[in-house]
Amino acid sequence: MNWTWFHKWGSPKWFFQKTESLIYWFGFLALIFLVVGLVWGLAFAPEDFKQGNSFRIFYIHVPSAILAQSIFLAMAISAAVGLIWRMKLAHVFVETAAPIGASITLLALLTGAIWGKPTWGTWWVWDARLTSTLIQFFLYLGIISLHQSIENRDTASKATAIACLVGVVNLPIIKFSVNWWNTLHQPATFTLTESPAMATEMWVPGLIMVLGFYMLFAYLVTLRMRSEILEREKGSAWVKAYLEKLNVL
Amino acid sequence: MRPIRKRRLQLVLLLVAGVGITVGIALMALQQNLNLFYSPAQIVAGEVEQGVTIRAGGLVVPGSVERDPNSLMAEFEVTDYQGYVTIRYNGILPDLFAEGQGIIAIGELGEDMVVTADQVLAKHDEEYMPPELVKAIEEAGHPAGADQYSN
Repeated sequence: MNWTWFHKWGSPKWFFQKTESLIYWFGFLALIFLVVGLVWGLAFAPEDFKQGNSFRIFYIHVPSAILAQSIFLAMAISAAVGLIWRMKLAHVFVETAAPIGASITLLALLTGAIWGKPTWGTWWVWDARLTSTLIQFFLYLGIISLHQSIENRDTASKATAIACLVGVVNLPIIKFSVNWWNTLHQPATFTLTESPAMATEMWVPGLIMVLGFYMLFAYLVTLRMRSEILEREKGSAWVKAYLEKLNVL
Repeated sequence: MRPIRKRRLQLVLLLVAGVGITVGIALMALQQNLNLFYSPAQIVAGEVEQGVTIRAGGLVVPGSVERDPNSLMAEFEVTDYQGYVTIRYNGILPDLFAEGQGIIAIGELGEDMVVTADQVLAKHDEEYMPPELVKAIEEAGHPAGADQYSN
């Protein structure tokens, strides 16, 4: 197998140049998907036969919960790559993605609480799904503060990466909590093996929202990685040339 | 892959496996405490202590709901199709409360094997349908919205 592409993307300069135009696509697609998904989901999708209109928070709660877990998985894989190949860019991803992951997890928790009150009759319950998601939020906060508390950049990266690998154990617990234990939270509506337990005209806007959330993350994390690269490589010739071209020096 | 990277990969896998096994064993030990509620079968089998606050979950048995006309007092049976438990509750039931609906009652099991609840929560399932579709299915002669009470 040819691994040249892998090593090329590990180069900060290559990454910076290749994402120059890609980032606009991420932003553009995020905007399109989110606007279409939100308008469709909140205004045009039919209401639920049992929950009425309050089910519509589904269109924000579910994509944010899916994305929050995906970001953690991506961070853990990236952390492993960073540890094994000593690839700095992989660590940059972990460190720039963590605050986004924390915010999205908080969004999932808040929308879940708002949804829980009218349907379940309570804002919060200490069931396995809700508690493991709260733990994920604290893991994100832990990773962020661990990284900030270590002065030396390489040591900080290594410690953060190990924290990600330890925390990734929580992911299958979140995912399968609703199957392993009795919970108030219902099992997943979307699974990879079965068709959604939802009418088509209801899940299509949901899927668009999920894509929109992924694109938004891609946009935000690329933006943050690019500025981190500029900061780290500010002494190098190519960054100076880039900044000169922008007329900021 | 170079030997040094292979060794680091092994270390990473070892770390994840080690933490995974540790957490897995801890969760297995805590199995019962991680369940949010007891099923009617567990209560009937005597797994629940009397006079202690517990959560009891199950499907509201259709036709079992009795409401006191002069107060908010309601009495109903819940089941997991393996056991039946009566719940007594004096308060406002959640909007989603209905016959056939999954609920969780928080309260004490009395000597008469009736759970006196302080709070009743509605459990909803993962199925979502527009009202028109439900009507169409019901007209076709199939019960719609029957909760699948997994767990």
